Amino acid sequence: MNVIVWAAVVLIGGAGSLLRFYADGLVSSVAGRDFPLGTMVINVSGAVVLGLLSGLALTSSQSLLLGTAAVGSYTTFSTWMLETQRLTEERQYRKAALNIVVSLALGIAAAALGRLIGQQL
Amino acid sequence: MASSSDDELPEEFRRVPDPSTDVTRIDASGAPDARSPRPAPGRRAALPRPDRREIAAVFAGGALGTLARAALAEGFPHAATAWPWPTFAVNIVAAFLLGYFVTRLQERLPLSAYRRPLLGTGLCGGLSTFSTMQLEIVRMLEAHAWGLAAGYAAASIAAGYAAIQVSTAIVRRVRVRIR
Repeated sequence: MNVIVWAAVVLIGGAGSLLRFYADGLVSSVAGRDFPLGTMVINVSGAVVLGLLSGLALTSSQSLLLGTAAVGSYTTFSTWMLETQRLTEERQYRKAALNIVVSLALGIAAAALGRLIGQQL
Repeated sequence: MASSSDDELPEEFRRVPDPSTDVTRIDASGAPDARSPRPAPGRRAALPRPDRREIAAVFAGGALGTLARAALAEGFPHAATAWPWPTFAVNIVAAFLLGYFVTRLQERLPLSAYRRPLLGTGLCGGLSTFSTMQLEIVRMLEAHAWGLAAGYAAASIAAGYAAIQVSTAIVRRVRVRIR
């Protein structure tokens, strides 16, 4: 772990966050903002990629840069929780529950599937 | 941060957010990205080159948040069947901060082109992670640590939700007292 790797973590983390910013804007502009679909799409797609990476034989630096930095910054837990809490504030309990259950179920399935694919490669 | 809005940078001041206009629209979505619905022309003076500022803010905040999360993850490695404290900690802290920032920026401070992208989308988004949490759960399931997997998922969601509730309430209580 040298300085260059950590500098790359910083740059990749910024880029991953920007990718999330654009992806959320794109999904929301297509699907609307009645349901936080943007965050769900981002999180599930990130989970499948991280699962795939975990199935590959990566060095610790590769794992840090591609997994922790790139995919980790692309996905978000805090926004998922904020959007859920705001839905319950508006008494949209069904949507809030769906947002939790579907994200979690699809997220685990996506990570498991990606891992399986990665292990076959 | 817990100060009255008057001592915040006046340079970004455009107008005090009015809860009856587009602020509720943003709040209704709860989406912490800065791509809030653009106000109709004339409702708010366009900020100079907001997109470039937004992009730089998301990048800078995301870089910082990711560095903190990566440093914790590297500094405190754990076995697949141990409680993932680094991920759990950054996620709950990021949720608390996001609830604080977003509520304060939407309901307390004048509209700003870069604060929410910097602090919300960037810092909190980069600090927290969903994918790592899911992979940790999958690894627990692979190790047949069913209780740990269920407990970790439930505790993360319960604590993350509670963190948003508490930080939101803190901002709103301050607001009421100042009024």
